[in-house]
Amino acid sequence: MFTVNPAATLRLGLWIALSIAIMTVDHRYRYLDGARDVLTTAIYPLHYLARLPADVRAWLAENLVGRGVLLEENARLREKQVFLNAQLQKLTTLEAENRRLRSLLESAVNTPERVLIAELLAVDFDPYRHHILLNRGRQHGIYVGEPVLDQHGVVGQIVRADPFTATAILITDPNHALPIQIDRTGVRTLALGTGNFQELELPHIPNNEEVKVGDLLVTSGLGGRFPRGYPVGKVAKVEFDPGSPFARIVARPLAALDRIREVMLLENESSSPEPSAPAMAEQSTPPRPP
Amino acid sequence: MNVPRPTGGGIMALSFLLAFLLSAIPLPGWLDRFRPDWVTMVLIYWGMALPHRIGIGMGWLVGLLLDVARGALLGQHALALAVVAYLTLQTYRRIRAAPPWQQAFSILIFLLIEQLLVFWISGVIGYPPRDWWYLAPALGGMAMWPLLFVILRDVRRYFQVT
Repeated sequence: MFTVNPAATLRLGLWIALSIAIMTVDHRYRYLDGARDVLTTAIYPLHYLARLPADVRAWLAENLVGRGVLLEENARLREKQVFLNAQLQKLTTLEAENRRLRSLLESAVNTPERVLIAELLAVDFDPYRHHILLNRGRQHGIYVGEPVLDQHGVVGQIVRADPFTATAILITDPNHALPIQIDRTGVRTLALGTGNFQELELPHIPNNEEVKVGDLLVTSGLGGRFPRGYPVGKVAKVEFDPGSPFARIVARPLAALDRIREVMLLENESSSPEPSAPAMAEQSTPPRPP
Repeated sequence: MNVPRPTGGGIMALSFLLAFLLSAIPLPGWLDRFRPDWVTMVLIYWGMALPHRIGIGMGWLVGLLLDVARGALLGQHALALAVVAYLTLQTYRRIRAAPPWQQAFSILIFLLIEQLLVFWISGVIGYPPRDWWYLAPALGGMAMWPLLFVILRDVRRYFQVT
């Protein structure tokens, strides 16, 4: 009753062997990037189609609002604009002062110059890998290793740049480590992803180090991928275990990693491989968000 | 005896396209966890209904597209779907004789095998699953199978896909 067709079994074996060969090559070498480029471009319309219902709903919500609501929102935004402008002035003077002081100290400080806004095309790949797909790619000047932020903090970095899309790894991916320092004390460590959108792990902080719940974590700029001083997260839990040399510290990312729709890509002058491709939307980088 | 030319390739392609869309469409979080592997289920359906048109290679190719769409390792889903296609082609005679709700149990087994293969490979490259939730899509798939089966059967009959 269960007749196994030997030819089919042989064919299955061949396909499995082919899969394993492809996976090995894809995992270890870069030979298949061209093929992946072609396939991703071919499948690109699919992501747009899948997003269409959500986009239509957003469009309707934007376009079918009453005049009163719009006026109200407009007034609110204008108010906020004035408020932010005032803050920005303060920051501009601070930045100038900072630069002057740094030049006195003769230390080179590199500030990223270009910001590109990208939208999320998809987040739901494999739920255990925190990767997101963005609607900008190599055509728009995105390169592998480019830092990704949202308005609250660091989101992740680009791991693959296809012609029209790019994949970014989030800081909470289990395979991601971000060089950070604690803003208050200046202690440097890494923020390791845990696979949970709300948790980062801070290893190698000795038990006698002073860390408090609520401490702000900022990028340390070590490693050269991320510019210095961007907010990453806040310490959420500190546990001292007398039996172990290190404290168990858990932080919560500031960026709303599971709810982001739009991200900013920072073109970091020092880490950009070739400055040939111009960014689409050029604007000066806002200094650290308050 | 003349062999009728196969027809309805477009319908099959369209059903796969829709399955790809359904697996990419944003869903609320709790529902997302149970999101069935529509592509796999459509592949199983066509493999069962028209075994002469779906081969292991076809499953492999569909899986490769799924890899690209999900940004997974190239070959990960390809391997899993080739295995699922093989299992379908070996067992379709028995499964398709059963009513859809009973078929759902066989489908559950296929989907579990697929999930295990995919996550086994993920584990090898350093992404082991953190909890047992990764098996939830198979349960979602089992729940949706009778519906999918009835819809695709009617589509197949209406458009006379052979």
